[in-house]
Amino acid sequence: MKTNWKQITFLAAAIGFGACMFAANADATDWGKYQVGEHRSGYTYMTDESRAMQNDNFQNPGMLWVEQGAELWAKVDGKAGKSCASCHGESGDSMKGVAARYPVYDQNLGKLQDLEQQINYCLETRMETKPYKWESDEMLSMTTFVSYQSLGMPVNVKVDGPAAAAFEKGKAFYYERRGQLDMACKHCHEDNAGGIIRANTLTQGQGNGFPTYRLKWQKVGSLQRRFRGCNNEVRAKPYPYGSEEYTNLELYVKWRGQGLPIEAPSVRN
Amino acid sequence: MANNVKPRVRVQKTATKGEVVEIKTLISHNMESGRRKGKDGKLVPRSIINKFTVTFNGKPVFSSDWAPSISANPYMSFFAKVNESGEFAFKWMDDDGSVYDSTAKITVA
Ligand code: HEC
Ligand code: HEC
Repeated sequence: MKTNWKQITFLAAAIGFGACMFAANADATDWGKYQVGEHRSGYTYMTDESRAMQNDNFQNPGMLWVEQGAELWAKVDGKAGKSCASCHGESGDSMKGVAARYPVYDQNLGKLQDLEQQINYCLETRMETKPYKWESDEMLSMTTFVSYQSLGMPVNVKVDGPAAAAFEKGKAFYYERRGQLDMACKHCHEDNAGGIIRANTLTQGQGNGFPTYRLKWQKVGSLQRRFRGCNNEVRAKPYPYGSEEYTNLELYVKWRGQGLPIEAPSVRN
Repeated sequence: MANNVKPRVRVQKTATKGEVVEIKTLISHNMESGRRKGKDGKLVPRSIINKFTVTFNGKPVFSSDWAPSISANPYMSFFAKVNESGEFAFKWMDDDGSVYDSTAKITVA
């Protein structure tokens, strides 16, 4: 008989949840720009070593994706014979602020559009080539490169007007219990930030660091990959990449960190 | 990223005689441990960089053997005392026989 130890340890952790409740983080550190009101970036929960790795562009392995993205940016591809640079300029300067604003409601398409979807839209309709697969090296390189142009800029997503419906759906998802463990995002990231769960320090689950170089993944990953992981952890079936559910959730999660700096590529445990 | 292995080094350009300088290196590499199972349930064959060496003007200054538990995209930094101008030469040895190299010059004023 095969025993699923991963599941068992996790269930044990969940059972212990109520009993050994984490002491509220009585942390008086001044986190500077990494804290806005009650909202703290995942950065503030990492070890000094991980933070040093993120701070030093040379040491930060996420910068490898930025470099690759810069190469892709200038690469001509597709029937239109264009590269991103043909329309958006040689440097990535025109992308400054984009990651801080996304996802956005696209009036023409009549739907919420995240960065991955916007990039694929340009690839398909403007370059007349194949879209990138979600979580492929190409997509991650491009999203990391584009997001890096907003490094340090405060998250500033628009959640009213035509984006309001998507925002409300994202919010509902956040508070909805799911999976065999019957837990919502809130139970981990709102109620227990600062606590320890399976050798991981729980953070507020902010979205400002994405794409992030996660040490466990040994590579860069998207916010939606993180959502899938978090859904899996409570034994819930994850939604597909690029699904409406996750795109709405991206908007809501980004909003929870309104004002926190874009850290792409951040380094997380 | 094993198909896109690229070494990077950072060394200051100038130093005073006898100065201890920090040398930083990073190489993009998967460092597949050989202990991980792929989607098909089979072990993914080991493919790592197993040795890293550095010389200064041809003389060895640093060397280390790497094992399968070393992370992907390994970062390595160390300190060296420089007494003369010259060139650091870095070599990363791959399981598959490839050798990746890089150099960095430093001028002692
Ligand atoms: C033929 C011209 C063209 C090409 C090629 C092109 N784009 Fe675009 N892109 C546009 C236009 C037009 C817009 C919408 C107007 C705007 O926001 O600049 C746009 C918008 C965007 C946006 C949203 C900007 C914002 O402020 O909301 C992103 C991100 C983007 N493109 C990324 C890319 C990437 C990455 C590539 C290469 C893979 C690319 N584009 C290739 C024309 C192009
Ligand atoms: C059982 C607990 C648990 C639940 C429930 C959970 N997560 Fe997580 N989440 C984690 C752990 C553990 C991590 C890694 C450590 C950390 O950043 O908190 C994490 C990380 C994250 C991060 C990355 C934060 C950063 O700074 O990199 C985001 C974003 C996130 N979660 C969002 C969500 C969302 C959205 C939901 C609901 C769909 C959710 N999580 C549900 C445990 C959980």
